[in-house]
Amino acid sequence: MARISEIHVNGKRRAIDAEAEATLLSVLRDDLGLTGTKFGCGEGQCRACTVLLDGKPVHSCLTSVGNAAGKQITTIEGLAENGNLHPVQQAFLDAEAFQCGYCTSGMIVTAVALLRQNPNPSEKNIREFMQGNICRCGTYPRIIEAVRNAASTMKKKSRA
Amino acid sequence: MSKRNIPEIVIEPERYELREAPLHHFELDRRDFFKLMGGGVAVFLLLPKGLAQESGRRGSRHSEPLPENIGAWLHVGEHGAVTVYTGKAEMGQNIRTSLTQAAAEELHVKMDSISMVMGDTDLTPFDMGTFGSRTTPTMNKQLRRVASVARDTLVGLAARQWNVPAAGLVAKDGEVRESKGGRSVSYAELAQGQTLARAMVETDPLTPPSEWTVAGTPVPKVDGRAFVTGEHQYASDIRRPGMMFGKVVRPSAYGATLESLDASKAQAMPAVTVVHDGDFVGVVAPSELEAGRAAAVIRATWKTSPQPSSAELFDYLKAHAEPGGRGEYEAGSMQDGLAAAKHRLTATYTIAYIQHAPLEPRAGVAEWENGKLTAWTGSQRPFGVQQQLEEAFHLSKGKCRVIVPDTGGAYGGKHTGEAAIEAARLARAAGKPVKLVWTREEEFTWAYFRPSGVIDISSGVDGQGVLTAWEFHNYNSGGAAIRTPYDVPNQHIQFHEVDAPLRQGSYRSLAATANHFARESHMDDLAHRVKMDPLEFRLKNLKNQRLKFAFTAAADAFGWKTRKPAKGHGFGMGGGVEKGGYVATCAEVAVDRSSGNVRVVRVTSAFDCGAVVNPNGLRNQIEGANVMGLGGALFEAIEFKDGRITNATFTQYRVPRFSDVPQVQPVLIDRKNQPSAGAGETPICGLAPAIGNAIFHATGKRIRSLPMVPHGLKKA
Repeated sequence: MARISEIHVNGKRRAIDAEAEATLLSVLRDDLGLTGTKFGCGEGQCRACTVLLDGKPVHSCLTSVGNAAGKQITTIEGLAENGNLHPVQQAFLDAEAFQCGYCTSGMIVTAVALLRQNPNPSEKNIREFMQGNICRCGTYPRIIEAVRNAASTMKKKSRA
Repeated sequence: MSKRNIPEIVIEPERYELREAPLHHFELDRRDFFKLMGGGVAVFLLLPKGLAQESGRRGSRHSEPLPENIGAWLHVGEHGAVTVYTGKAEMGQNIRTSLTQAAAEELHVKMDSISMVMGDTDLTPFDMGTFGSRTTPTMNKQLRRVASVARDTLVGLAARQWNVPAAGLVAKDGEVRESKGGRSVSYAELAQGQTLARAMVETDPLTPPSEWTVAGTPVPKVDGRAFVTGEHQYASDIRRPGMMFGKVVRPSAYGATLESLDASKAQAMPAVTVVHDGDFVGVVAPSELEAGRAAAVIRATWKTSPQPSSAELFDYLKAHAEPGGRGEYEAGSMQDGLAAAKHRLTATYTIAYIQHAPLEPRAGVAEWENGKLTAWTGSQRPFGVQQQLEEAFHLSKGKCRVIVPDTGGAYGGKHTGEAAIEAARLARAAGKPVKLVWTREEEFTWAYFRPSGVIDISSGVDGQGVLTAWEFHNYNSGGAAIRTPYDVPNQHIQFHEVDAPLRQGSYRSLAATANHFARESHMDDLAHRVKMDPLEFRLKNLKNQRLKFAFTAAADAFGWKTRKPAKGHGFGMGGGVEKGGYVATCAEVAVDRSSGNVRVVRVTSAFDCGAVVNPNGLRNQIEGANVMGLGGALFEAIEFKDGRITNATFTQYRVPRFSDVPQVQPVLIDRKNQPSAGAGETPICGLAPAIGNAIFHATGKRIRSLPMVPHGLKKA
C-alpha cells in the first residue's frame, strides 16, 4: 500500500507516515493534532470538515491524504496570523455567529473560500455558497451577517 | 474527615439560615478541597430538600464524599482567581457565560477573573443534568447567592483586618474599599493564607434584576475565541498517550441478538483487538482506518424479530396505548360544554419521530488506570453517565470519573452515555485508552428520537367566540404543555403512554412542540369557524396577562394588523406557556402552488422569560430555536422498517440549511420583576403552528401532521 510521508499544512511541511487512502481529516486530526477540523457526517453533507486545498474548499472526510499530498492545505488553525484573527474569524466572534461551535471551523473556512472568489457577495451568494454547511443550532442568520461584515472589513483593509 | 496531613477546614455556616447541620455530611478527605485548590475562601451552597432532588445528590446509593445537598461552590484563590464549580454542562445554550455573569454580578469582579469548572464528576458537585430549562431558574440564582456570600465574607475579612465595621465597606472590582477614607484591599490579598469555608443555604439573591450591572447585559460568550480558532476541544478532540481507536459492529436491526460470529480475519490483523461480550462486538486498532477495516471483515449473523414500520406508525400508537392515562385533568363537564357550543370541531394531529442530529456525533474517550476509569464524553448528564458506567462495569464509588467538555450540540439528545460505555469496554480489553466516535449513521440509528405522537382534540365554541369545551388526548408524544393556557370551563385532558416502537427520549421542549402544534392549529380553525381574527380570538379566550402581552407584542412587531400578505403568502401565529416562559410567534409563508414549495419568509418571536440575563445570548437562542424548529415543522421525519432506520444520513434526512432560513426577528420582553426562566427550549414552541396557520391562510389547506410538507404541499 502506498504511503504518504509529507503534506503541506498551513504553510509548513509536515512529516507524516500515513496510508495514501487514509482520509485527510483523520491525518489532520489524529496524526497532526489539528483537531479544529471536525467530523460531522462522513458523507460530504455537512461540511464541518472543510479545509482549503490550494484555496478551494473540500470535504476532508472524503479526500484521501494521497490526493492532498503536494497541495497547499489550509485549516482553521492556519487562518490567524501572529495571534491576530482572520477578519472572518473576527466577524464570527463579533456577531457571535455560533452556539455550540461545532460547525464553526467549517463555516469560517468555507466563508474564507467564498470571499477569495467573490469579495463582495450578496446575501443570495452567501446562502448558495454555504448551502452545504449545516448548523444544527440554527445560527445561519448570524453567519450570513458575519460573512457580510467580514467582506466589508476586508474591503476596507485592501483599500487602506 | 480524614486525619491525614491536610489543612484544617473551618466551616462557618450562616447559623440563622441553616435548618439542618451540614457538618456531619462534610467529608472532604478524598478531594481535600483546599489541598487541591490552594488556600483561599470557599463558599458551598447547601440546597433545601426540594431542590436537592434536582441538583443535589439523590438517594443513599450515591454516598459521594460530598454532602448530599451541595449544589455548587465558589472559590476565591490566594491570587484572586475565582473558580465556580457546577455540575451543569454547556452544549451551546451559553450557560458558561450566563452563569459567569451571575457570579460576577454578586461577587463584584470582572467577568474574566472567573473561570467555571463544569460537568466533571471528580471536581463538581452532583447535578442531575442540564435539561428542562432548569439552569437559569435554579443554578443561576444559586450562584448569585453563593457569590454574594463570598463577597460578604471578603468584606468581613477586610473589616477584621482594619478593625472597622463591615457596614462602612464596599466591594467593587475585586477589591474591598472604605466608603469614606482611602484604604482598599484586593480579594487576592484578603484570601492570602486563608482556608475559610462557608456553607449557606439557598435564599433569594440580594441584588434585584433592576440593579444588575453585569447580569442583564449582552456580554460576549466567555470563551468565544476558542471556537473561531478551532482551539476548543470537544470530547471527540481529546487525545491520550497511546490512544487507540474503536469501532463497534452493530446489530442488523433493533433488538437483534448475535447468532454467530467469525472474527478470525480481524483477529489476524496486526495490533487489532477484537472484543466479544454477549451481543457486544467491537474492535480496537491503532487508527480509525484500521479499526474500520477490522470491523468490516468480521462476519456476524443476527437473529431479528418483526417490528412495526413508520408507514403504520400512527395506527400502531393508538393500538398500543396503555389503558388509562397519566396527568389527567378535568374541569366541568365535556357534555355540558359541547351542548353549550354553537360550533363543534374534532380533529386528529400526528407527529413523526425526529432526530436531534447534533453536529457532533456521540464520542467517548476512555482510559483505565489502576482500576479507575476516566471517560470524556459529550453529555447533558455527566453524573448520569458516571452512574451508567458504574453499573455497566460494576465499579465502586470513586472508581469512575466522567469529564464533559463543552459539547457540540445536544438539544435533549445527549442524556445517555453510549459512546463512553462502548469506549470503556474496548479500552478495558485493549489495555490502552480508546477513542470511539459514532458515525452519522450510528447517531441516526442508535441514539434516541423525539417521541412520535397522535393527538385528538374535540372542542366547542359558542356564537360569541368563547370556548366552551376542550378535550385533548396525547398518545405517546408526552405531557409537556399538554394543558391549554386558554380559559375553558369544561375540559378533559389526558396523556396516554404507549409501548413505543423506537427508543425515544428528551428533545428541545419535548412534547410541548407537538402539543402547541395541535392546540394552536385547532385554535386557528376555531377562529376561522367563528369568523374572528386569530389574534382577537386568542385574546378573547385568554386571561393570562403575560401570554396576552406576548401575543400582542409579536403581532405588533410582525405587522399582523398593518401589513397584508402578498399573493400566495399567508400569515399565521402560535404561542403558549412552557417552563416558565411565554412565547408567541408569527410567521409569513410563501406557497408556490405549481411546485408545492413552501418557504417561510419571516418569523417574529416574542418571548418573556422574566428578567433577561443575557439579551444577546437570548436572541441567539430564540433565533436558533426557530431555525431548528423549521425542520420538525416542515420536513424532518425518521423513516423505519424492520428494525432499521431507512434514512439515516444527512442526504436522506433533511435538516434546515441556509436556503430554508427566513428572517428571524426576536422580540425580548424583559420583566425585571419576574424570576428568570430558561430560554433554550420554549421559543421553539410557537413556530410549527404559526407556519401551519400561515399555510392555511395562504391556501385554505389545513395540515395536521408534523412534518407538514416533507414532499411539498401538493403531496402533503
